[in-house]
Amino acid sequence: MQYKSQAVAKPYFIAAIGLFIGQILFGLILGLQYVVGDFMFPEIPFNVARMVHTNLLIVWLLFGFMGSAYYLVPEEAERELHSPGLAILMFWIFLVAGALTVLGYLLVPYSGLAQMTGNHLLPTMGREFLEQPTITKVGIVIVALAFLYNVGMTVLKGRKTVVSLVLLIGLLGLALLFLFAFYNPDNLAKDKYYWWWVVHLWVEGVWELILGAILAFVLIKTTGVDREVIEKWLYVIIAMALITGIVGTGHHFYWIGAPEYWQWWGSIFSALEPLPFFMMTVFAFNMVNRRRRNHPNKAAVLWALGTAVMAFLGAGVWGFMHTLSPVNYYTHGSQITAAHGHMAFYGAYVMIVLTMISYAMPILRGRQAANSNLSQVVEMWSFWLMTVSMVFITLFLTGAGILQVYMQRYSTDPLPFMVVQEKIALFYWMREVAGLVFLIGLITYVASFFVGGRQPEPKATAMPEPAAG
Amino acid sequence: MPEGGPVPSATYPPGDLAIWIFILAELLVFAVFFAAYAFTRLDHVELFNHYQTTLDSDAALVNTLALITSSWLVVRGVAAVREGDHRACARWFWGAFGMGALFLFVKSLEYAHHLSAGISLSTNTFYMFYLSLTFFHFMHVMLGMVILAAVAIKAAGGGYSREDHVGVETGASYWHMVDLVWLVLFPLVYVMR
Repeated sequence: MQYKSQAVAKPYFIAAIGLFIGQILFGLILGLQYVVGDFMFPEIPFNVARMVHTNLLIVWLLFGFMGSAYYLVPEEAERELHSPGLAILMFWIFLVAGALTVLGYLLVPYSGLAQMTGNHLLPTMGREFLEQPTITKVGIVIVALAFLYNVGMTVLKGRKTVVSLVLLIGLLGLALLFLFAFYNPDNLAKDKYYWWWVVHLWVEGVWELILGAILAFVLIKTTGVDREVIEKWLYVIIAMALITGIVGTGHHFYWIGAPEYWQWWGSIFSALEPLPFFMMTVFAFNMVNRRRRNHPNKAAVLWALGTAVMAFLGAGVWGFMHTLSPVNYYTHGSQITAAHGHMAFYGAYVMIVLTMISYAMPILRGRQAANSNLSQVVEMWSFWLMTVSMVFITLFLTGAGILQVYMQRYSTDPLPFMVVQEKIALFYWMREVAGLVFLIGLITYVASFFVGGRQPEPKATAMPEPAAG
Repeated sequence: MPEGGPVPSATYPPGDLAIWIFILAELLVFAVFFAAYAFTRLDHVELFNHYQTTLDSDAALVNTLALITSSWLVVRGVAAVREGDHRACARWFWGAFGMGALFLFVKSLEYAHHLSAGISLSTNTFYMFYLSLTFFHFMHVMLGMVILAAVAIKAAGGGYSREDHVGVETGASYWHMVDLVWLVLFPLVYVMR
């Protein structure tokens, strides 16, 4: 570790992994409820399980992003973090607030939670992904402000690099766009319209900057390729991500009462959203091929390459599949959406956080650069178990989605929703099995932190001089 | 590909490879937009022909000449830096920047005219395409001008030389793309009936 204060990243990463486990457990409950409707009812109804599954995902990714920033920024700025104490304080505030919120979801009926937390004073609850009580939302803003102040001061006082700048812009955008969570107009069309400014502009806008910056950082560190080359790619990728992603918001405005021109704007720009992800894949493989040395942390390089590929598939290809408005007319809100959501979140954001953890954690735990071979082998097993099972989850949901769209919406003789759900139950069962494999992968992942601790780490080897040409 | 060291002027493509990836991606966006325009027009030929006549093609012609001139100025700038005259390069680039500004001014007058007539994206399909396409291009002119200015400032400060001027070629390549797109957009939206 080059700077002592980078150590504050460690609790953030541990909390992220802990919440990740919770998210997957609720995912499994949820997956089973698709086929066994009253499973765990009335203790954990479907809507609550879903809320916990998605909210935990967002919260642990935020922990992951913050941890990544706390690790990355001092090294890029070449100075200690502005205030490690503030970072630790915010960690506990965020963790306690997050835990209380989830407990609130689980122990109190949602309407009771709204009453308890004074939602009537400033009503913001009851909207998908933004279910948090208003008071939790205020907490998120405070934590985000303190975090930005801390990271921002470090960047301002230290060396300014493209990587830290892009990361900072991404994080700033994340915080600013979250403010739309407090805007809750009575007009339902308007409500949905601005709701997407948080949801879409996060995952298909500013989060992509965070993703790009973290990926660039890990590639600089592990490949030894010139920073200039990597920064140039980062510029091109984020420019493309913003051009396509911002206007691409329109693909959510097709059927909510927004003006008709969004059919065109949304279709055209979001059809091109795969481009930056494709560039990212080319970029990652290109950099690794041009590496100056073989970094001893092979697992981190595997995660980095995996992120690029899976983000392209999940966000790019699976997103494109249903983004054109004539297609979306049929697929909107079906299992196709669920398939895309799963692979995109895993491929882009889960994997980039795990990439960063994989790179940073050995160093945070006092090693030179990498875990022992044994630990890395276990970690790489977990990579393949989780990634392959996520591919299957996506394929099964896609199969379910295609059937659903056909039977429920496209055929000349459309069937009712629940009839169709029963007909596609087999796909849900298979998805649940794939989900169990994912859990095994996750357990393997956690185990990788506890094996081979006493064994030495592999050595870095120099690459032979590349042939000219 | 050789890395580092002076890049001879004859390298192909000129400028940084990254800008070419960006240019190709941008051209793809415009191509999709143009294709959407063309296919939609097929279904609404009369509507498109009618509202096309409400556009100010004289203003658009002035803008076409402005952009062609700007590209010529940029070419002169690149030629100048290849001769090692970085001050002249900066002057040529500022000239191109001025032509870009002229374009923005004329285009803004057109927009002001349409807005005062109460035309918006929702008026009809033709105006939707006209406003979308030209405004998207408008934003590219602005970005291109930022790049031209950055190159001009660096050139004036002696940041480029006869041996090392990849940045100049990079900026020039991007600006030519902005010009080229307009050369398709102008006949497509203003002229072709």
